[in-house]
Amino acid sequence: MISNSELVNKYFRHNKKFPHIWCPGCGIGTILGNMLRAIDALALDKNEIAFVSGIGCTGRAPVYVDFNTLHTTHGRALPFATGLKLARPELKVLVATGDGDATAIGGNHLIHACRRNIDITTIIFNNYIYGMTGGQYSPTTPHGDKASTCKLGNIERPFNISQLVEAAGATFVGRTTSYHTLQLQNIIKKAIMHKGFSVVEVITHCPTTYGRINKKGSAVDMLKWQKEVAVDKSRADKMDPKELEGKIITGILMEKQLPEFCEQYDTIIEKAQSLKNNQQGKSK
Amino acid sequence: MNKKSSYRLIQGNEAAAEGALAAGVSFFAGYPITPSTEIAEILADRLPANGGTFIQMEDEIGSIAAIIGASIGGRKVLTATSGPGFSLMQENLGFACLAEVPLVIVNVMRGGPSTGMPTSPSQGDVMQARWGTHGDHPIIVLSPGSVEEAFHYTVKAVNFAEKYRNPVIVLMDEIIGHMRARVSLPPTSMIERVNRVHPNMPPEWYLPYERSATGVAPMASFGDGYRHHVTGLVHDAKGFPTADPNEARNNIRGLFTKIERGFRELCLVDYEFMDDAEHAIIAYGGMVLSARSALEQLRKSGRKVGLIKLGTLWPFPRFALEQYLPQLKTILVPELNMGQIYREVLRVNAGKAVVEKLNRVNGTIITPNEIVKTVKGLIR
Ligand SMILES: Cc1ncc(C[n+]2csc(CCOP(=O)(O)OP(=O)(O)O)c2C)c(N)n1
Ligand code: SF4
Ligand SMILES: [Mg+2]
Repeated sequence: MISNSELVNKYFRHNKKFPHIWCPGCGIGTILGNMLRAIDALALDKNEIAFVSGIGCTGRAPVYVDFNTLHTTHGRALPFATGLKLARPELKVLVATGDGDATAIGGNHLIHACRRNIDITTIIFNNYIYGMTGGQYSPTTPHGDKASTCKLGNIERPFNISQLVEAAGATFVGRTTSYHTLQLQNIIKKAIMHKGFSVVEVITHCPTTYGRINKKGSAVDMLKWQKEVAVDKSRADKMDPKELEGKIITGILMEKQLPEFCEQYDTIIEKAQSLKNNQQGKSK
Repeated sequence: MNKKSSYRLIQGNEAAAEGALAAGVSFFAGYPITPSTEIAEILADRLPANGGTFIQMEDEIGSIAAIIGASIGGRKVLTATSGPGFSLMQENLGFACLAEVPLVIVNVMRGGPSTGMPTSPSQGDVMQARWGTHGDHPIIVLSPGSVEEAFHYTVKAVNFAEKYRNPVIVLMDEIIGHMRARVSLPPTSMIERVNRVHPNMPPEWYLPYERSATGVAPMASFGDGYRHHVTGLVHDAKGFPTADPNEARNNIRGLFTKIERGFRELCLVDYEFMDDAEHAIIAYGGMVLSARSALEQLRKSGRKVGLIKLGTLWPFPRFALEQYLPQLKTILVPELNMGQIYREVLRVNAGKAVVEKLNRVNGTIITPNEIVKTVKGLIR
C-alpha cells in the first residue's frame, strides 16, 4: 500500500495553500485519505477523475486534491455531477457530500440520482450534524440528541441513509465508519468499480460541534464508539434484531446490476439517429 | 453544401430551439413549464438525433446545475424555463457568474409574481434577470422582438456565453414564444459559431482564472488534462478560495471588466425613423410589434416619432438613448410590467426629455392604438 508521504506527494495539490480548514481530530481527513488510497489501489489516472462536492466541512475536500475538482452549491453536487458525467461519460465521477448536504437541502437530488442509476460514486460523510454552520441538527441527528437548534433534544426522527438510498434505487450501497479504514478503502474501491449509482455512507465524527454538545468525549472517544457500534453485515445476518438494537451494520449492504443511465442514453442516440437517417432516406 | 435559407412557419419557442441547435448547443437539461415547454420537447427529440444530450431533471435547480456541470465538461449548454423555474435557478446562476461558466437560459416570461398567469404575456422579469441572484455580478440579457429574432438572438446568446464565459439570458415574452410566423432560417453553414478559448499552454502553467488581454481567461474542460479547481467561493487566479482583499477585488472587478470591454458588441439595438425624431418610443420583446405598428400610424399623421428597439436589455445600452437626447422632447416606454426598463431610461435621461411610461400587468398586451393615443397626448 502507498505510504503516507507518497500519498501526499502524489495526490495533494502542491500549489494550494495549506493548512486545511478542518478542526483537529475531525474525521473528514481520514475519509479523504482513504478515498485516495482506494483510487491509488485502482491505479486510476488523475486526469480521468472528477471530484465534486456540495457545501459544508465535507464540501471542502476537493480543493486539496489534484483531480478535476468542482465545489458546487449547498445540496447540488449531484445534479452538477450528473451533467458533467453525461457530458463526459469517460470520467470517473466521485461526489463528497455531508449528511445535511445530501439528505436535507439535496435530498431530492439524491433520490433522483439513485433512481436514474447514473454511474457516479457518492460518499456521504455522516457526522449527524451541520458541522460548518456550527452544529445545528441535520436529518440524521439521532432522536433525543442535542444540537445548537435543539438544545432540549431532537424531536425529529433521523433518516437511515443507507435504507433511503436503497429504496430510492441505488444499485450499490455500502456503509462503514471513519474508524474502519481498511473496510472504508475496500468499499470505496468496489463502489468506484461498480457500474451504476453507488453510495458509500461513512459514519464519522465532528468532535467540535456534535461531540461537544452531546458530551461524546474526545475525537478518540468518538472513534472508539464507532468501533463498538459497528457490526459487519456477515455477522449481523446471523444475529437477531434484539441484539442489533443500537448497532450500525457495516459492509456492502446491497449490490445489483441494472442498466446504467449514460449507456441507456447511448441507445437513445442510436435509435434517434437511425430514425433520422430513415426519414432522410425517404425524403430523397 | 446547402447555402439557401429555408422558410418555415414556426413558433418563437421553436425558433429558439432551432437557434440553439444552429449555435452548436449539444446539451439541454430542463424541467417543463408553460410557456417554455415546447423548447424542451423539441430539443428532447432533436438533440439525440444530432448526438447531443437531453435530460429532464427533478427541478430547475437541478436543471441549471446539470448544464453547468456539462459546460465544465466542454459542452455548449442551454436550459429553458419561465418565472417560477427562473426563480429556482437564481442561486446556481450566481455560481455560473462567479465561476465563469458559459450557459444560456431562455426565460419565456409569464405574468407574475408566483404562479401568476402561466399562459399570459408579461415582461415582469427584466429586473430579476439583472439582479435575481445575490451579490454584485454582470449579466447579459437579450430580448428578441420577433420570431426570427428568437432564432438569431439564441445563436448570439450561445456565442456571447462562450466568448465571455458568462451566463446569458434570452428573455422572451409569451407573445414571441407562442407567436407563429414564417421565418427564414439560414443553413447551419452560414451561422457564425463562437467557441470558448481553450488553454494552449502546458497544463502545469495553466491558471484557470488568469485573464488574457481580452479580459477573459481560457477555459479548460474537465478531462482534458488541465486539472483545476472550480468553486462558488471567491477565488484567486488558480481558482482556489481566497479571503485576501486584493485577490477578492480582482475576482469581482474582473467579472465586470470583461463585460465592460465587450459593451459595444453586446449591445444589440435597432433604430427606426430616429433620424429626425423628436419623440421616441423605447420598446423590446413583444412590445416592439405594437410600437412599430403605432409608429406607422403616427408617421402617417405627420408626427416625428421614432423607435429605439432594445435587443439587449443588460448591460443597458445607454448610448442608444444618449445619442438622441439632444433632439428628443418626449420618450414613451410601453412595457408589460410596472415600469422596469422605464427606470433605466429615467436614469439615463437624467431630466432632459419628458419620459412617460405605459404599463400593463393584467395578462393582456398594450395595443398599437393605445400607444398612438398616449404619444399624441404627450406631444400635445
Ligand atoms: C442555500 C444555502 N443554505 C444554507 C447554507 C449554509 N450552510 C453551509 S454548510 C451547511 C450545513 C452543512 O452540513 P453538512 O452537509 O452535514 O456538512 P458538514 O459541515 O457537517 O460536513 C449549511 C446549512 C448554504 N451555504 N447555502
Ligand atoms: S466543525 Fe466538525 S465537521 Fe467541521 S471540521 Fe470541525 S470537526 Fe470537522
Ligand atoms: Mg454533517
